[in-house]
Amino acid sequence: MKCTMGHPGGSPLREVYFYATCLVDLFFPEAGMAGIELLQSAGLRVIFPEGQTCCGQPAFNCGYWEQARAVARGQLALFPKDIPVILPSGSCAGMMKVHFPELFHGQPEAAQARALAGRVFELTQFLVDQLDLKLEDLGQPVKVTLHASCHAQRDQGVLDQPKALLRQLRNVELVPLARERECCGFGGVFAVREPGLSEAMAADKAEDACATGAELVLSTDGGCLMNIGGTLERRGFGPATMHIAQFLWERTHVR
Amino acid sequence: MSGNLEIDFLASSTRALGDAQLRRNFRRAMDGLMAKHAAVFPDPAEWTRLRALGAAIRAKNLLKLPELLEQLEKNLTSNGITVHWARTTAEANQVVLRLLEAHGIESLESDLGEYIIQLDGEMPSHIIMPAIHKNKDQIARLFSQKIKNAKYTEEVDELTAMARAVLRRKFFEAQAGLSGVNFAVAETGTLCLVENEGNGRMSTHVPPLHIALMGLEKVVERLEEVPPLYSLLTRSATGQAISTYFNLISGPRSGGEQDGPREVHLVILDNGRSRIYQDPELRVTLACIRCGACMNHCPVYTRIGGHAYEAVYPGPIGSILTPQVEGVGLRHELPHASSLCGACAEVCPVQIPITHLLIRLRRESGHKLPGSTVLGAGEARSGLEALAWSVWGWVLGHPRVYRLSTWFATRFWRLLPAGAPVLKAWTRSRHKPRAARRSLQEMARSKGVPHV
Repeated sequence: MKCTMGHPGGSPLREVYFYATCLVDLFFPEAGMAGIELLQSAGLRVIFPEGQTCCGQPAFNCGYWEQARAVARGQLALFPKDIPVILPSGSCAGMMKVHFPELFHGQPEAAQARALAGRVFELTQFLVDQLDLKLEDLGQPVKVTLHASCHAQRDQGVLDQPKALLRQLRNVELVPLARERECCGFGGVFAVREPGLSEAMAADKAEDACATGAELVLSTDGGCLMNIGGTLERRGFGPATMHIAQFLWERTHVR
Repeated sequence: MSGNLEIDFLASSTRALGDAQLRRNFRRAMDGLMAKHAAVFPDPAEWTRLRALGAAIRAKNLLKLPELLEQLEKNLTSNGITVHWARTTAEANQVVLRLLEAHGIESLESDLGEYIIQLDGEMPSHIIMPAIHKNKDQIARLFSQKIKNAKYTEEVDELTAMARAVLRRKFFEAQAGLSGVNFAVAETGTLCLVENEGNGRMSTHVPPLHIALMGLEKVVERLEEVPPLYSLLTRSATGQAISTYFNLISGPRSGGEQDGPREVHLVILDNGRSRIYQDPELRVTLACIRCGACMNHCPVYTRIGGHAYEAVYPGPIGSILTPQVEGVGLRHELPHASSLCGACAEVCPVQIPITHLLIRLRRESGHKLPGSTVLGAGEARSGLEALAWSVWGWVLGHPRVYRLSTWFATRFWRLLPAGAPVLKAWTRSRHKPRAARRSLQEMARSKGVPHV
C-alpha cells in the first residue's frame, strides 16, 4: 500500500479507511472505537467516512440483489482514495472483498467493485499481516477463548491472526474452543428464518464455550458475538463475550 | 417425493431437532467422519493440488458431456452392454421393471446400511452411509424383530454376520443384480463401482442379469482420469485411502468365461440434468462425485440428519440439486437450510461453490431472472418479503435516514418488546441484543475522527 500523506515530523504517515459495519455502529461502538484507536496508536491516520450504513450482505444472502445493490452502490463510493479499507468484521469484509465483485458483475460499478476488493482487510488481518503490530499487555491474568467466524476464516483466510495477537499478551491465556471452526448458527437472516436450527447450533457453541472454563469468548465478528452472547446470557452462566478489538485495546491501554 | 405438496422443511427440521437420540447419533458420527477426513488429508498442499485436479477433470468432462455420452454408448454397445436412455425417474423405473419382468420381482437391498433401513421401512439418511441415523442398539432391536430366528445381540460382528447370512443366500438365488455407477469411462466403455462390502461385486457378477443405473453426468473421458477422482471420493467420503472393492465392469460373460452376468444393461438417467446443464453457472452442480463430505461437515445436516430434507440427496449438495430437479418454487426452503458458513464448499473435493449456488437459487426462487432455465423460477416470490427488503434498501441507501434510525434506536431500543415481529424468533432462546446508548458514528464524531 502506498503512503499518501506526509507526517508533520517528516516520516510518511499512512492513511486508512475504517468501515464500522451496521452491527458495530449500533451494538458494538466500543469495539469500533477500539479498532480506530488501535490503528491510530500504530501511527495511522484513520478516515471514518460519513455516509456509511451497511455493506448490503443481508439482502445479498437472501437473494434480493437489486435491494442489496441499492445499499452497496452508495458504500462503494465512500472510498475514493487508493488506500486500505479496514473492517472490524470478517463477514462484512468478505462481503466487500468476495461478493461486491459478484454483486456488481455486469453493472457500471463492476471495475470500481473489483478495485475496492483488492484493498479490503479484516482488522486483525491488517494488524498482523500489514502492520506486524506489537502489543504490550497491561491487564490482570485472564483466560479467554476464541470463536472463529465462518466468513473471517473462509472469505478472508483469517484464523491465525487473532490468535497471534492474543499470544502477544503475556497475562492472557488462550484456551482452545472445541470445534472452533464450526458455525455458531448466526448466519444473519438465517437466525430468524430458521430459528430452530440456529438456536440448536448456538446452544452447542455455548456449551463448548462453557467447557473451556474461559472468562471471555472473543471473536472478530459482532454477529457471532451477539448470537453466542445472547444465548449464554439467557442461560445465565458461562463466559461473557467481547469483540477482539475492544479486548486488545483495553488490555494494552489504560484509559 | 416430487410433487408432494406437504413438503415442509421447517416442520421436518423442527421434528428432527426434537429427537435427542437422532441428534446424538449424528453428532457422534459426523465428528468421527470429520476427524477421519482430516487424518486422511494431512497435507494441505496435496489436498489443494488433488482437488484442483479433480475439479479440472470434472469440468473438462462436463464441457464435453454430449460427445462423451455418445462415445460411451458406442463403446458400451461394442462391449456387449445394452444402453437405455431415461428422461425421468419414471422412465428409468419402467426400463428396469421391463427387464425384470421375465424374472419375477422381489427386490432386496444388499448394502448393509440399505438392508437395515429396508427392514425398518425407511429412506436413506445419508448418500454414503444410509443407516447412519441408527446406532447399534437400535439395529440390534430391529434385527431381533425382523430377521427370522435371530437372537438379540449388540455385538457388531454378530449383527453383521446375521445380515451376511441372509444376503449371501439371496445373492445365489437372485435372477438379477441392480447397481449404480460411480464413473463410466467413455474411451473404454467401462462402468466403475466403488464399494466396501463386496455386495456390489456379488450383485453385478453372480446373477445372470446386471442392470446398472447412472445419472448422465457420471461419464469421464479417459481411464487415467479415474484414479484421482477415486482417491478424492474414498478419502472425502469415509476417510479411507482406498475402498475395499473397486469394480471395473466392461461387459457380460464372453465365450469361454466361467462367471459373470449373461446380460448387462445400463440405464442413463437425465431427470432434469440436461436442464441444469444449460445454465453455465449451475452446471457445476453436475461435477459432484457423491462423496457426502459436504454433509459430514455441515452444521445443519449434523443436527437434523438426512430425512428432514425429504429428498434423495440431503445436506448441502441436496440443497442445491433438489430445487433444480424438483423446482425452486416447490423446494424453495432448501437453499435457505444453510447459515452460509461455507464448510461444504471448503471440503468439496471438486470445488463446487455450494454457498454461491445456494444464494443463486435463493434469487431464482423469488425472481424470474432474464434467460433463466431454472425449473419453477420466481414461483416462491413473496410480495411482503420483497417489500420488506425494499424498505430496508431505502433506509440503508440513504445515510441521513439511516443515521436518524440509529439515533432513534440508540435512544428507544429498550422500548422495543422482545416479542416484536422478527425479534421474537431471536429471543426464543437468546437475550434481546442491547443497542448502544450512542452509535459509533456519534462517538467517532465527538472524538474528532476525520471523515475525509
